[in-house]
Amino acid sequence: MTVRGASLVQIVLSLGLLLSCGCGHRQTLVQIANRAGQYRVANGDEPSDLDPQIAIGQVEHDIMLSLYEGLVYGDAKDVSPRPGVAESWDISPDGLVYTFHLRHNARWSNGEPVTARDFYQSYHRMLMPSLGAQYSYMLYPVTNAEAFNTNKITDFSQVGFKVLDDHTLQLTLHSPAPYLLSMMVHDSWFPVPVATIQKFGAIDDRANPWTRPEHFVGNGPFVLKEWRMNSHILVVKSPTYWDAEHVKLNSVYFDPEESYDTQERMFRSGQVHTIRQAPQSKVAFYRKYKPQLINIYPELTTYFYRFNVTRPPLNDKRVRLALAMAIDRRAITETVSRAGEIPAFCLTPPNTAGYTAAARLREDVPQARRLLAKAGYPEGKNFPNVTLLYNTMQSHKAIAEAVQEMWDKNLNIHVALHNEEWKVYLDAMRNTNYDICRAGWSADYIDVGTFLDVFISGGGNNDTGWSNPEYDRLCALAASTGEQAARYAAFQKAEAILMDEMPLIPIYIYSNPRLIQPCVKGWYPNLLDCPNYRSIYLAPQTN
Amino acid sequence: MLRFVARRFFETIPVLVIIATVTFLMMRLAPGGPFDLEKQPSPEILARMKAHYGLDKPLWEQYLLQMKHLLAGDLGPSSKYPSRSVNEIIADAFPVSLELGCEAMAVALLLGLMAGMVAALRQNTFWDHAPMSLAMLGLCVPTFVMGPLLISAFALHLDWCNAAGWFFPRDRVLPALTLGAYYAAYIARLARGGLLEVLRQDFIRTAQAKGAGGARILFRHALRGGMLPVVSFLGPAIAGLLTGSFVVETIFGIPGLGRFFVTAAFNRDYCMIMGSVLFYAAFVIAMNLVVDIALVWLNPKLRFE
Repeated sequence: MTVRGASLVQIVLSLGLLLSCGCGHRQTLVQIANRAGQYRVANGDEPSDLDPQIAIGQVEHDIMLSLYEGLVYGDAKDVSPRPGVAESWDISPDGLVYTFHLRHNARWSNGEPVTARDFYQSYHRMLMPSLGAQYSYMLYPVTNAEAFNTNKITDFSQVGFKVLDDHTLQLTLHSPAPYLLSMMVHDSWFPVPVATIQKFGAIDDRANPWTRPEHFVGNGPFVLKEWRMNSHILVVKSPTYWDAEHVKLNSVYFDPEESYDTQERMFRSGQVHTIRQAPQSKVAFYRKYKPQLINIYPELTTYFYRFNVTRPPLNDKRVRLALAMAIDRRAITETVSRAGEIPAFCLTPPNTAGYTAAARLREDVPQARRLLAKAGYPEGKNFPNVTLLYNTMQSHKAIAEAVQEMWDKNLNIHVALHNEEWKVYLDAMRNTNYDICRAGWSADYIDVGTFLDVFISGGGNNDTGWSNPEYDRLCALAASTGEQAARYAAFQKAEAILMDEMPLIPIYIYSNPRLIQPCVKGWYPNLLDCPNYRSIYLAPQTN
Repeated sequence: MLRFVARRFFETIPVLVIIATVTFLMMRLAPGGPFDLEKQPSPEILARMKAHYGLDKPLWEQYLLQMKHLLAGDLGPSSKYPSRSVNEIIADAFPVSLELGCEAMAVALLLGLMAGMVAALRQNTFWDHAPMSLAMLGLCVPTFVMGPLLISAFALHLDWCNAAGWFFPRDRVLPALTLGAYYAAYIARLARGGLLEVLRQDFIRTAQAKGAGGARILFRHALRGGMLPVVSFLGPAIAGLLTGSFVVETIFGIPGLGRFFVTAAFNRDYCMIMGSVLFYAAFVIAMNLVVDIALVWLNPKLRFE
């Protein structure tokens, strides 16, 4: 029997031809984008929303920075506050009253002027208890903002926002906050187009679809053009933006690809200009062979281990100190995590808005052994079963194994490792249902208070069971002082208590191994990893 | 046949109710909730958000409410994507997964059937061993190895297509190959087995004796019977192609439903979990029905009973 069928070889060849038809040497998307003035970013995830009063993550933040502008905006290099919609401001001598003078030429993307009333109404919405905005506490320095947000008062006119005229907005604080302007760089201080929101539903409805491209109104340098879930977001230059002549890009394209490996392949095949984070396994390669493509810079985020201080043996300060002292942080950052992290010997990252903690943990194995012996476990004898919990991820596992081995070698104690899926891990941490657990904390704005306030007694994110009245007093003192030096002095004392009591083990300060094409100019690394789309431009020749 | 279809349809309803109930219980038993975040919001805010999604009510009441909405075809709001409904997300993402599934199925059938036929007709020669060895390889290599390998070769070295994305027709080729390869391999082996069995039967010999040509025997007489194992395999294959597309969607950055199906569970996005589980369940049931009808049509020995 003879049948003339296509052979497998022919099929494979024809499929190959199909794939290659019309190809030859392709132009990459980046090359095409360079000519069109389009900046292409792999953004790390699909944004949950683009309403700055509802969305809370870094992914959303990076897109919203292109769509909105607050009274101030963050400088491209150091995120310090620069005049945004407000062209200037006055601060009363007691530091309690801020008067913002708004630009007359600030416009929404629908052409309407941006007025003081818009900001007033936006902050009203942000603080409405019915909206349930997770970042509403960012507005709490303002008089009565917290009381209104928690339903203790219902009259918004009692809150410290006041419209003096169309272009003047006044804020009254309950106590001086020298960090207020840095805080106002954050998305929670962006204005929202209240009239537009009302057109598409209730003002406090989380499901209001006003952020769809067909409805969207913003006041930033770019405006939302396309949004296809899990596919892309395209924002184009806004002609109504007050400083449009200085915006060099024509559009920004955000790809929501989640997997670091896929992102890196997209970067290599010339689909995107930048990816936030190179996969850990590739960092060493890029550092060695392609240093012009990788940019490693520190971030205001600390990697640490929490202790559950309510459980023996970790309720003993000496045990906690011993465990903290017996870890070799440099070995972890240089041989395990390997992405340029900075070993941490205190909770706060060095030089955070001029603050560097004086109190530092000392790595000292002999002292750690002595402390452990004093606590009743000489040479690690009879040390009870303790488990280290981390959320399932290869990098956390590697670090946990290294720490486990260091404790085994240095203190002769064996700690079990246990990993859980993210939400299960969070649940255990929230309910202090663990012995030791991995954690991370990142700043929302550049100030040490965002780190130290976490560990006040009963704080919503304390999660260690630790409490210290003196520590609480010092944090409260820092919060009520207008003098930066006095604040920092109080924080120094507070952090010294933290490092003496050791309810947590600082391990390292995160760094960001960003991959970025050399043709991207005007991009600067900064502590909050906050891109400034106004300063970025593309130089096609260099690619 | 109408009675058969109607009966199967009514049998589906209790199945879906059971699936919905089990899904509800399982997702509520899992620790953690949609609003557990590394930075915990204040208790007041948390209470507000729970109230917004009706999560403050007793569990049995939530169950009844969700069932009521499901009956009306309303899959509910997504808690991860506050301004979108689950219906909207599925309507948006499923066509992409469906397209990927169909293309992968086309690859699987095309490659699988051809390889199977060639191998069956040239039993125990090079043309049998070569495709069957390839098929064995296709069965063994998982998609998360195959995908990056294909990308590395065709996108990064040969530069024929993008490494990820779903924009141009050529973006479809690698994902379809990756997803379809396993099923192509399986189909090749099934088709070879099925055909070999049929080719040995008396009616084929009769056809040969009557002087029918090779092509006529294969396509007219042998193929219909030889395809039965392949067709029975299509039901589970379609289910596998659609639900298994998660890995391929992730590797290639494809905006399909597979990714929502998996990430919804990680996000504890309750309505999204329920919506996608029920949607996939209904789809798989429908596909199995189509396959059953096709089997009766292909095999005269079967009846709609």
